[in-house]
Amino acid sequence: MQRVSGHRQKMEVFTLIFPALFWLTVFFAIPLLSIVVYSFLKKGLYGVLVWEFNLENYARFLDPLYFKVFGRSFAVAVLTTLGCLVIGYPLAAWLATRPTRFQGILLMLLMIPFWTNFLVRTYAWIVLLAREGFINTALMSLGVINEPLGMLYTQPAVIVGLVYGWVTDMVLPIYATMVGLDRSLLEAAQDLYANDLKTFTRVVLPLTMPGIVAGSILVFIPSMGAYVTPDLLGGGKVDMIGNLVQRQFGSAQDWPFGSAISCVLMAIMVIGTLIYFRISGGRER
Amino acid sequence: MKTGSSRQRTLIRIGQKVLSLHALFSYLFLYLPIIILIIFSFNNSKSVFRWAGFTTHWYLDLFSDPRIMSALKNSLIVASASTIASTIFGTMVSIAMERYDFFGKLPFDALLYLPIVIPDITMAVMLLVFFVTIHMPLGLHTIIISHIAFNISFVSVTVRARLASLDPALEEAAQDLYANEWQTFWKVTFPLLLPGIIGGALMAFTLSLDDYVITFFTAGARSTTLPLRIYSMVKTGVKPDINALSSLMMMVSMALVVLSLLLQRKGGEGVTIQ
Repeated sequence: MQRVSGHRQKMEVFTLIFPALFWLTVFFAIPLLSIVVYSFLKKGLYGVLVWEFNLENYARFLDPLYFKVFGRSFAVAVLTTLGCLVIGYPLAAWLATRPTRFQGILLMLLMIPFWTNFLVRTYAWIVLLAREGFINTALMSLGVINEPLGMLYTQPAVIVGLVYGWVTDMVLPIYATMVGLDRSLLEAAQDLYANDLKTFTRVVLPLTMPGIVAGSILVFIPSMGAYVTPDLLGGGKVDMIGNLVQRQFGSAQDWPFGSAISCVLMAIMVIGTLIYFRISGGRER
Repeated sequence: MKTGSSRQRTLIRIGQKVLSLHALFSYLFLYLPIIILIIFSFNNSKSVFRWAGFTTHWYLDLFSDPRIMSALKNSLIVASASTIASTIFGTMVSIAMERYDFFGKLPFDALLYLPIVIPDITMAVMLLVFFVTIHMPLGLHTIIISHIAFNISFVSVTVRARLASLDPALEEAAQDLYANEWQTFWKVTFPLLLPGIIGGALMAFTLSLDDYVITFFTAGARSTTLPLRIYSMVKTGVKPDINALSSLMMMVSMALVVLSLLLQRKGGEGVTIQ
């Protein structure tokens, strides 16, 4: 890495970063600051803004109506994270123990659905879970059930959709810590404890803990801020923070309150990201 | 290792079987919903879910629906424009970030990373608030502006990964051979960087084509893109034509992602002087 010195080099670096710096300042940083400002304003009659500093929007979170939505979002995000961990940890362990030449292709198979159309992948679960959907039709024609099960528009449906959407984000960091495990440590542990369970709880688990924490944060943040999944798979019955925000900018026309909710969501994200970097940053570089 | 504990070896073997079975089910979990969706998009029945023979007619219907064709046109305009701009900006900034140390680099790095981690809904509403505050009418241009904002970050992550894997000795060798900086860049660095740049561009194109939340908030009433069209179709009731449109988007999106990942993997191996 070169330390910038001299006028010519300074101009060069400035030219290189200018377009991105300009774009992200004008169309990201300033909009971000503007909702922070909005969150301290007040909604007047007919959705007109009142320029008067106040903390009312933040105080409204204590209203049981909104507090419940926050509580639900938190519960859904925690359960989604646990679900991803239960699926993701053993999967990461399996991946890390495959022959090296297969690992690349297996990882790619894991990432392909992850990067493809989130909306369509969520819609696919409507096809599966609906009243006349694939699962109900299949179970009824097999004679397992007589009445279709009400699976869609429930909290578990939202959690399944979120786990489906984000499980890859759990697998990748755990896989990274597992690949980095020193085999000789495992062998030494097995010599010491001569017991797989102890080897796992005393050696493998602590060593892969950074991957678990990183993966959990990567899953928890988008789950907490989810909007499409609770809207489509919750059908208005499983409202989360994202839906609350959308309503303030839609039917409720209360932008200051909507901005305040977004700011809280962002604060959660920033704290999570900082913890993530504290944990993973040290090893990456 | 302890010898002679055949019981333990059996346990390990069973454990590995369970682990493999779990992996199989996990991959099925990831792919089955997509596969079922695609199969049912060929279902010759008005009711979506009961199989009644093979047909391609839902796909043919799509192409004669003017609302879908105009959404397709809008989607392609938005994705192309935002991909071109974000690829250029993202590549330029990556070179500066990987090659130089400069004042204010750390906070800028954070700004560059934020659009990736910020929840979609937050980015969506803050852009809406911004556009309305500065009295910019909403339309295709506001969608493009917003997509560039998040795509710069995704392109730069991809290109920076490629840059970091390049052997600096290659550039030094070029300069030893009296190439100036400009020549070194275009003749050595850029060709080596190209798989990363194309990989990043494909990723940006896919993300732009697939985005719903940010597009929904920054689109004007008359600038509907394909995901917006799908969403309103899903909301008004599940009909077989949604399956066809969704499957089509899924397949295009998947093809682009596979291509992008392959290019990035090629990038991951890096190039070194033997």
